[in-house]
Amino acid sequence: MSYDRAITVFSPDAHLFQVDYAQEAVQKSSAVGARERFHGALYDHCRLTADARVLINRARVECQSHRLTVDDPITVEYITCYVSSLKQHYTQSNGRRPFGISTLIVGFDDDGTPNLYQTDPSGTYHAWKVGRSAKAVRELLEKSYREEDMESDALVLKLAVRALLEVGAKNIELATRERWSHEGAFAASTSLHAHPTFASAIRFWNQRR
Amino acid sequence: MRPCQSMALLEVSGYLSHSGFGKQHVGSRQTQLVGPTNHYIFGTKSQEFAVPVGNDPSAFLKSCSHEDGISIDMNHGTTTLAFKFRHGVIVAVDSRASSGSYIASKEANKVIEINPYLLGTMSGSAADCQYWERLLAKECRLYKLRNKQRISVSAASKLLSNMMLGYKGMGLSMGSMICGWDKKGPGLYYVDDNGTRLSGRMFSTGCGNSYAYGVVDSGYYEEMTVEEAYELGRRGIAHATHRDAYSGGVVNLYHMKEDGWIKVCKEDVSELIHHYRKGMF
Repeated sequence: MSYDRAITVFSPDAHLFQVDYAQEAVQKSSAVGARERFHGALYDHCRLTADARVLINRARVECQSHRLTVDDPITVEYITCYVSSLKQHYTQSNGRRPFGISTLIVGFDDDGTPNLYQTDPSGTYHAWKVGRSAKAVRELLEKSYREEDMESDALVLKLAVRALLEVGAKNIELATRERWSHEGAFAASTSLHAHPTFASAIRFWNQRR
Repeated sequence: MRPCQSMALLEVSGYLSHSGFGKQHVGSRQTQLVGPTNHYIFGTKSQEFAVPVGNDPSAFLKSCSHEDGISIDMNHGTTTLAFKFRHGVIVAVDSRASSGSYIASKEANKVIEINPYLLGTMSGSAADCQYWERLLAKECRLYKLRNKQRISVSAASKLLSNMMLGYKGMGLSMGSMICGWDKKGPGLYYVDDNGTRLSGRMFSTGCGNSYAYGVVDSGYYEEMTVEEAYELGRRGIAHATHRDAYSGGVVNLYHMKEDGWIKVCKEDVSELIHHYRKGMF
């Protein structure tokens, strides 16, 4: 008897196979998905861009709906929580499959705090801090981080790239996020502004796992 | 398509949860606290009370007014005021609950303490105010638990005005001021049963409000000290209760500061008026 035909069936060793397969789909991706933006948060996803479109649309609607109902802009954690609740819902309903997407959600809250969250197909999310998963990266950053360097955009980027090269990255992708200006324009340039630790959202890709 | 798949499609497209007759179902589904995605919906997707089919509350209420038929006098009549100044927000209310010409209570509590940083005042129908503002307090608490930060004054007042808008035209009567101190500083919003929601520096509600406006408008200036502001709030309510038949009792005075509200005093208005009379004549 196979336990992977339906999403809503646990296997004897407590796996939801469909969710595991969705996570496999994420691992196997080697291309960068399109970058989307909604209401102040930058959203990066991988693998099934069709799934991503649906998720992004729902997230956009939720952002506006929150704004309408509560009159305050969302926090990054709120929208991450929403996206992951949505993904969890699809792991517990009949007739559906999980989203084959992991997302990175990065943005500034209304009070200026920068935030970076990651979600995965099972519906869990975690906050990222620099060096969360790479001890070597953290050690290098601690050794070479100098406060005065953080004023210069080029030096911050250089430090970030050096840190990744140190751990043997073959393909690096850098995205930067600048705080909203008064006109509300989103600058996708590499000019950095904010808190040094979160000066760039770094996505680390391997060509092959 | 198998039944479970078609149900899923209906649910995803929102067909099932948005029934256009939500207000009119007899014995409808349980009040929805979470939407289909298990995410909470701020009490907007379905109403608190299901109204029976064929029932029209506003027509019923018209038949209860003085002009025709039986007259049911709702509890109305009060004076409340609130104003922002340099050192926060002052909130002052009277304490008379009247129903028609009968004084139901001389020490009604017209300020609801939602949390240490939020206050709500009540005027209009006592039952409506008490119920909906307690519901607001529940939503504020849930907001804090889910988002790990206190709700802003702007959001709290918006939630209350959304509740009012859901029952617009059905005879609710509530005029309330939501006062607080959040990340954006002191906040003061006026919310009423029509769904009006206004941010401002000074408001007064209730049938004694015109008297209160006169007193506070003439005595207000930006550089007031804290003691002067307390005195202005007390005077506003005291003079309004002196002239308005439906206001009276005691003045309950609160001061909203950066670290929360404090209850300043609770003084009998007749004693206050006697104290002011010495200066009056």
